Amino acid sequence: MAQSRRYGLQLVGIVILLVFTVFFFVPIVWLFLAPTKTDGQLLTESPFAFGSFSTFAHTLHRIVTYSDYSLLIWLKNSAIYSFGGTALAVIAAIPAGYALALTHFIGRRVLLVITLVVMIMPATALVLPLFLEINKLGLYGTIWALILPFGFFPFGVYLTYIYFSATIPKDLLAAARIDGAGEWRVFWHIALPLAKPIVALVGFFAFVASWNNFFLPFVMTYDNSQYPVQIGLQQLIGSTASFNPANYTAGSSVVVLHRPDLAMAVIIAIAPVLLVFLFAQRSLVSGMLAGATKE
Amino acid sequence: MSVPSATAVPGAGASARRGSRAAGNRERAPAGTSRTAGYFFVALYVALLLLLGIAPVIYAIYLALSDSGGLGSAFVNAFNDYRFVPAFEHILEFMLIWLVSQTIFVVGLTLMLHNLAAQRVGATFRFVFYIPGALAGAASVIVWLFMLDPSASPFASVLHAFGYKQFDNTIAPGNLPMIFAIMAFWTGAGAWIVVMYGALNNIPHELIECAQMDGANAFKTAFWIKLPLIRKWVVYMLVLSFAAGTQLFVEPTVLGSASLGVGVSKYWSPNQLAWFVASQYDQVNEAAAISLVLLVLGLAVAALLVWRGRLFEVE
Repeated sequence: MAQSRRYGLQLVGIVILLVFTVFFFVPIVWLFLAPTKTDGQLLTESPFAFGSFSTFAHTLHRIVTYSDYSLLIWLKNSAIYSFGGTALAVIAAIPAGYALALTHFIGRRVLLVITLVVMIMPATALVLPLFLEINKLGLYGTIWALILPFGFFPFGVYLTYIYFSATIPKDLLAAARIDGAGEWRVFWHIALPLAKPIVALVGFFAFVASWNNFFLPFVMTYDNSQYPVQIGLQQLIGSTASFNPANYTAGSSVVVLHRPDLAMAVIIAIAPVLLVFLFAQRSLVSGMLAGATKE
Repeated sequence: MSVPSATAVPGAGASARRGSRAAGNRERAPAGTSRTAGYFFVALYVALLLLLGIAPVIYAIYLALSDSGGLGSAFVNAFNDYRFVPAFEHILEFMLIWLVSQTIFVVGLTLMLHNLAAQRVGATFRFVFYIPGALAGAASVIVWLFMLDPSASPFASVLHAFGYKQFDNTIAPGNLPMIFAIMAFWTGAGAWIVVMYGALNNIPHELIECAQMDGANAFKTAFWIKLPLIRKWVVYMLVLSFAAGTQLFVEPTVLGSASLGVGVSKYWSPNQLAWFVASQYDQVNEAAAISLVLLVLGLAVAALLVWRGRLFEVE
């Protein structure tokens, strides 16, 4: 009796887990199947039917060549902003986290607390004030309007701080100093070689945050040649017939996009971040658990 | 944006609590270090912090206070703006749905996964739940545009059951808070499940075994032993999600680009409103005032967590 009730409860649990698996996974499966079908097939065939590779190739060609290869321009912009921002974030955060963990200076505690507060506060809260400031500084419309804010990454400073505090004994550095190594050499030749995992982790997080950012480029860029792919995707919705039928008039020379084209664009836009998620999953998770697992 | 950006923060908060502890230690100079070295290493970060973290706030305060109408008039204009109250009502409704469902489902799913005997299966589930996080931003909104369109959606039967025959039925204005909550949950829940699961793994096995020996079944163990032990993580998730939720921007903006989405105004959320008055009417003072209201909300939450972090460590 008690046993059958236990099995019953387990069964309910498994059913709930499966329902959520459907919720989380079906949209992604659908997204990857959509470009293999034509818009008509999307409406008539089963949502999980596979179309054909030739349709997939055709969809890919349509979306890449659309509007004078706009998608490639957006991807290039995204790459410039994200890699620029990530490089700056790493160059600034690694030494700062190191100094906060392993050196001593007046104001260290204050800097740590400010870093905490800015890190926990949603970054979006600063976007509009930043826009007003960047405008005032005359940087609006330049790549620096994005690279500089992406490079300001308190979360990376904090991860580095935690890492150095936990992994490098202060005695090791003290020994090197007694042997006559200067501060810079201690950092460059002892701390940094031990810090490769954290450099990668900060890099991953900064890259994902920059690539996926929408609000900041939305206010900082103003034309097609500047848009990163996140803003590009939004532009594409406007050209997609099923979402904006008014823009589509029969016989017009404007190339109209359809759902499979838009799905293809989404896949291309998320590909870099998805790869990071798939191949660096373990490091990303360990970063998110930085505190949780070491209570 | 950034409901999803909350996913980048969990570790942060974890560390936040440890950090305030570390920061609480008395400064002591390690043998042989020079103070100037520390300044040198933090210089670039501090420059960025001043330029991009502190200066914009000061500039926004200046703009909000220097309105031509006199001190404080920018705030009065903002509060009296007929779009101000509805914008906050919208996000309040959105957050109520999102925070309640996220708390129930994230905690429930984590506890269920933790009860699974097969580790492999559990890891697969967590991975599947986590993957949508890669689609944060405009991508997830587009994916859900597809999902909510009854003509092509794999969930068409569900939509039909609710009586939605066409896309514009689904995205009726009254449904928007619910829709944005689904989007936020879809991209963000997985990361929180991973974090909570990690926290559950820290519970000593002996404790759970003791409970089981005393006759507690899986459900009782979950409810009476595991849940109280991850309570502070639940609070942490709620507080961070609340802060992120007030900033809602991407979802209504991108959904608004589908002209069928006639119900989504350009000032649906407070952040959208701030941008709207700044970009359309050049009312930077009012925009700065609205931003400051949002900023104070975010700052209050951050300060609360850092401060609470001190409370936590006493336990």
